[in-house]
Amino acid sequence: MRVTVRLFARLRDIAGASELSRDLAAGATIGDVWRQLTREFPDFAGYERSISTAVNADYARMDRVVADGDEVAFLPPVSGGSCVEGTNVYDGHRRG
Amino acid sequence: MTTPLFAIGPAPLEVERVAVAAAGAAGTESGADGAVVTFLGLVRNHNVGRRVRYLEYEAYEPLALKAFERIAAEIHERWPSARLAVHHRIGRLEIGEASIAIVVRSPHRGDAYAACRYAIERVKQIAPIWKREFFDGGDVWIEGATANPDDERARAEAERVACA
Repeated sequence: MRVTVRLFARLRDIAGASELSRDLAAGATIGDVWRQLTREFPDFAGYERSISTAVNADYARMDRVVADGDEVAFLPPVSGGSCVEGTNVYDGHRRG
Repeated sequence: MTTPLFAIGPAPLEVERVAVAAAGAAGTESGADGAVVTFLGLVRNHNVGRRVRYLEYEAYEPLALKAFERIAAEIHERWPSARLAVHHRIGRLEIGEASIAIVVRSPHRGDAYAACRYAIERVKQIAPIWKREFFDGGDVWIEGATANPDDERARAEAERVACA
């Protein structure tokens, strides 16, 4: 089966593409897609703990099984915000 | 064409259009609102000691729009009479241009101010929108907090700031 991978911000820069297609074995999870990409793009590894993941534009966990034709998105930490220079409003949880 | 309550795109933001969208939100009784609070987020010429030249924003649009809708639902729970509209710009933005326009209408100003502040805090927490800062001498993706939309601690923090 085949999925579309969407990449944003620095992940897109590292991969040199905002969209990729990847073939996967039946039963593959988002985590399997991520590990495959990390082998291709070793600089992805540093994002393991901080990315959020989505399937077909809904948040989903790494253990979610993907289906043929799914769009799998890897989302680096969002811009955050500072109401006072240099301080984050919220030092958030990370998504697994 | 009716202006949507929630939008993401490259065109310069027009706060009047966002305000008109908020005025037409479901649940609005004509004449019942006594307050409109608007917030514009602008591109600043400095950040952590760097001289900023311009910013580039990018979004995962379908999920970001869902995040805006989720924030509107949260506001409806907390401030039932307040209604929200949010437009976010993407692409290259120059210093002084607006990256986000938020409008909240409510019968009373207290709710409108609080809900508007809550909205911007939540957008920063959970909307998948990234910015790349181009400064004198280089560029960097600004990577900040990553909050699970279901994380109640993050939501409570946004509410605390809104009601401070």
